[in-house]
Amino acid sequence: MTARLLILAVLALGAVLAAPPAQAERLIVSVSNHRVTVTPNYSGEELVLFGSVEKDATTPPGRNYDLVVTVAGPRADMVTRRKERRFGIWINTDSRQFLKVPTYLALFSNRPFDAIASPEVQRRQQLGLNNVLLTQRVGPDYADVVPDDAFRSAFVRLRKQHGLYREETSAVTFLTPTLFRTGIPLPAEVPIGTYSVEIKLFADGALVAKTDSAFEIVKVGFEQFVATTARQNGFVYGLVTAFMALMTGWMASIVFRKD
Amino acid sequence: MGEPDSTAGKIQDKPCPERPLGRLLRQSYKKQTHVQLYLPIADIPVNIFLILAMGAAVGFVSGMFGIGGGFLMTPLLIFVGIAPAVAVASVASHIAASSFSGAISYWRRRAIDPVLALVLLSGGSLGTALGVWTFTLLRSLGQLDLMIAMSYVILLTTVGGLMFWEGLRALLRARRGGPVTTRRPGSHVWIHGLPLKMRFKRSKIYLSIIPVVVIGLVIGFIGAVMGIGGGFILVPLLIYVLRVPTSTVIGTSMVLTLVTMVFATMLHAVTNHLVDAVLALILMVGGVTGAQFGARAGQKIRGEHLRLLLGLLVLAVGVRFAVELVIRPEDLFTIRETGGGG
Repeated sequence: MTARLLILAVLALGAVLAAPPAQAERLIVSVSNHRVTVTPNYSGEELVLFGSVEKDATTPPGRNYDLVVTVAGPRADMVTRRKERRFGIWINTDSRQFLKVPTYLALFSNRPFDAIASPEVQRRQQLGLNNVLLTQRVGPDYADVVPDDAFRSAFVRLRKQHGLYREETSAVTFLTPTLFRTGIPLPAEVPIGTYSVEIKLFADGALVAKTDSAFEIVKVGFEQFVATTARQNGFVYGLVTAFMALMTGWMASIVFRKD
Repeated sequence: MGEPDSTAGKIQDKPCPERPLGRLLRQSYKKQTHVQLYLPIADIPVNIFLILAMGAAVGFVSGMFGIGGGFLMTPLLIFVGIAPAVAVASVASHIAASSFSGAISYWRRRAIDPVLALVLLSGGSLGTALGVWTFTLLRSLGQLDLMIAMSYVILLTTVGGLMFWEGLRALLRARRGGPVTTRRPGSHVWIHGLPLKMRFKRSKIYLSIIPVVVIGLVIGFIGAVMGIGGGFILVPLLIYVLRVPTSTVIGTSMVLTLVTMVFATMLHAVTNHLVDAVLALILMVGGVTGAQFGARAGQKIRGEHLRLLLGLLVLAVGVRFAVELVIRPEDLFTIRETGGGG
């Protein structure tokens, strides 16, 4: 009896805790490929994310949904440097360090973020590249700065140019009012690692449901072998490379021997 | 979902931040996706034929002038979009291959002074180690790219200018009908008064080992930092400063280049993990092939013309780097990963 009461209490508590984003909707998603392999002739790929919004009895009828998909690649520390003219030549002077920022970041939605939610919600839910948290080392502190900070905007702009950061507010399409799809383009120089996919469902400017998915990008075959050996067995790798150089030189001297 | 390759187009049509040559590279593999190759360390896909052609072109030039060609290869790779650090480290093994095939044929002709080579090497190994250490230090300070560019400007414009001037004067002398003597300064400079003298039998010279070791050290150092073999500086130094006879000078300098570059490959691989073996192999194959044809072409050109051409070439690469430093860059900001994270 007590046990049953306890379970009921826990369930009730769970319901209360989960209630605010109203459990009326549930998101079911799937990525077309959970394991992308980078082979020697890899030149970029596009994954497809499919999903549907599952309603239940408590769902208010006639709701219009908005969807925001955030894809974040493996995190790394990066330095952004600014060149300045000193003594007539352009050299790196000032720099800013970004800590554990995603190497790949894509934000897709079905319509502009301003139309989906209020600026306050956009900030809290990190909607859009301007609102995503990019931690910088500012002196002794760790903080993000205003979106129009010179280093932050340069960082985002450069990543965008490489196709590694992207923001597309029309990429998510609703095939039916509850069935949606979006493409996740991966450029040729895509970083290797685990990618997290976060799908957020909004209705009337508020977050109503959220789910996660993931996929990984791996180098396979010879590629992977060379890259790991170079990193882990530098000495052997160097020896083999040097030996390969000598062999090539020796072969050439035999093939092209004149005397 | 229109035509089948719409995806690829969508990804690659994004504006490329690379320099024009890099853009060309990308466009060319867009059309022929089957020839592109992903470089494991440089971490970019390249057109295999473009790299092969670059290797062959540089090999041709190096065979023609009897030099390693690193001072051309490294800049070319940088202009194509490969990170300067990876370019420098990978070219080292490429030069090792081409100088080894050269050294073998010179060895068969007994055109190598083994004793002189050994003494040069003692300095060269130390210089290479110092060079790789400096390279690592500069890289951590974020000034490596600048230093590589700066040293290219200073070294190449100076050496190129001098060679060009020399070649021009020799040519004018020949025009006027005067005797075309390759100048070997006869004056006994202070270098020949230094202690620790030693006899180098095959070169038939008797001189102090101090300048020999110092020259080896300098060449080893700049070779490791700049990704060049240094043959184009070493040969004039050996001829004009140490008065090594022309019969042994190229072969001996190739031995030094070979050993310092093998050493540099090893050190770059162990300390910085930047040697791209796949890139190096393509360059080697292109390079050694091109060198054979270059050597044949070189025999048909007169010596002073050759020196004039080489001087011009060296000068041009130096000026290209100078321009890059002086004009306002397209983008003032750059990003580099500093590791960490997960």
